[in-house]
Amino acid sequence: MLNYIWMGLMAIAVIVGAFTGRLPEVTEAAFNMAALGVTIALDLIGIMALWLGMMRLAEKAGVIRWLAWLIRPIMKRLFPEIPSDHPAIGSMLMNISASWLGLGNAATPLGLKAMEELQELNPEKETASNSQVLFLAINTASITLVPTTIIAVRIAAGSAAPLEIIGTTIFASGCATVVAILAAKLYARLPWFRARQLGEEVNNGAA
Amino acid sequence: MELLKNVIQSISVYAIPLFFLLVPILAIVKRVKVYEEFVEGAKDGFKVAIRIIPYLVAILVAIGMFRASGALELLTGWIAPLTDLIGLPAEALPAAMMRPLSGSGTLGLVTELMNQHGADSFIGRFASTIYGSTETTFYVLAVYFGSVGIKRTRHAIAAGLTADLAGILAALFICRVMFG
Repeated sequence: MLNYIWMGLMAIAVIVGAFTGRLPEVTEAAFNMAALGVTIALDLIGIMALWLGMMRLAEKAGVIRWLAWLIRPIMKRLFPEIPSDHPAIGSMLMNISASWLGLGNAATPLGLKAMEELQELNPEKETASNSQVLFLAINTASITLVPTTIIAVRIAAGSAAPLEIIGTTIFASGCATVVAILAAKLYARLPWFRARQLGEEVNNGAA
Repeated sequence: MELLKNVIQSISVYAIPLFFLLVPILAIVKRVKVYEEFVEGAKDGFKVAIRIIPYLVAILVAIGMFRASGALELLTGWIAPLTDLIGLPAEALPAAMMRPLSGSGTLGLVTELMNQHGADSFIGRFASTIYGSTETTFYVLAVYFGSVGIKRTRHAIAAGLTADLAGILAALFICRVMFG
């Protein structure tokens, strides 16, 4: 699916750009964005190292296992493929808490750590497992408890009540999260999205 | 609302420092060599970040080109009659369509809407809610799957976009209920 979307975005950009006379902007955007991709990754190195170091201590101290044990009842239903004492459970909980609290600098590194632990259980390394897709879906929806960025923009725009969108944001992102979980679970059963590799079949069978 | 915000914000302020305080202490108690183990774990930071680059470049370039071409404005014009039917203001449609593609792009559009219509107008409140309703699906996918080298994403995009759609519809619904 991503193959078609990716090709489609670029093809539409060039064709529409030709008609609207914006081809120079399209070309410039391509180069600027390529450079931005590297900037984002480089900015991540230090924060990533910090959290991976801390998470190793948390693992050795038994904190991650304890967290995993705490939410075992929920996670067993959401992620049946993962053994309930696996560190991925604890890492996922930390990532989700951090992103709900709006701690961007912690959420991404913790999420990547969890993704790596899910990858250990993934038999087909270049194909996403059901657990990985579900975890990603929860992250793309992501409940926002305090939307700090937008509150700041509202204050700058002269809002008399900049906070009044907190409730509506929690509701909207909560709905998105519930739908993300249901969609990930439902689509996993569709033949179109089934992994064509043998390994994934084994994985599905074990689930 | 004010109380909720204060409670959550104090948790946000204390969560990370507390983690940085308690985890090394707990580790020392369990006789872990904290400095050595921290460095051992941190070693992988570089590898993970660098591994993301090709995935990030692929996604950002495609979305950047799409945005620069003006295709989104064209698409908005076609879809507007449909979204009129469910009472979604046409002015806010570009922000809604931009949400899964680009976080900074959406923020720009939302800011513009607030400056034009007022932050406390229905459109201003609706646009604010859209911004916080989901994360940027394509970006999150590139970073998270890229970090472990996953190329075949299966139903991830479909699930993410379904959630984005649900987030926007839920935003519209709750804003109609709360703000009329």
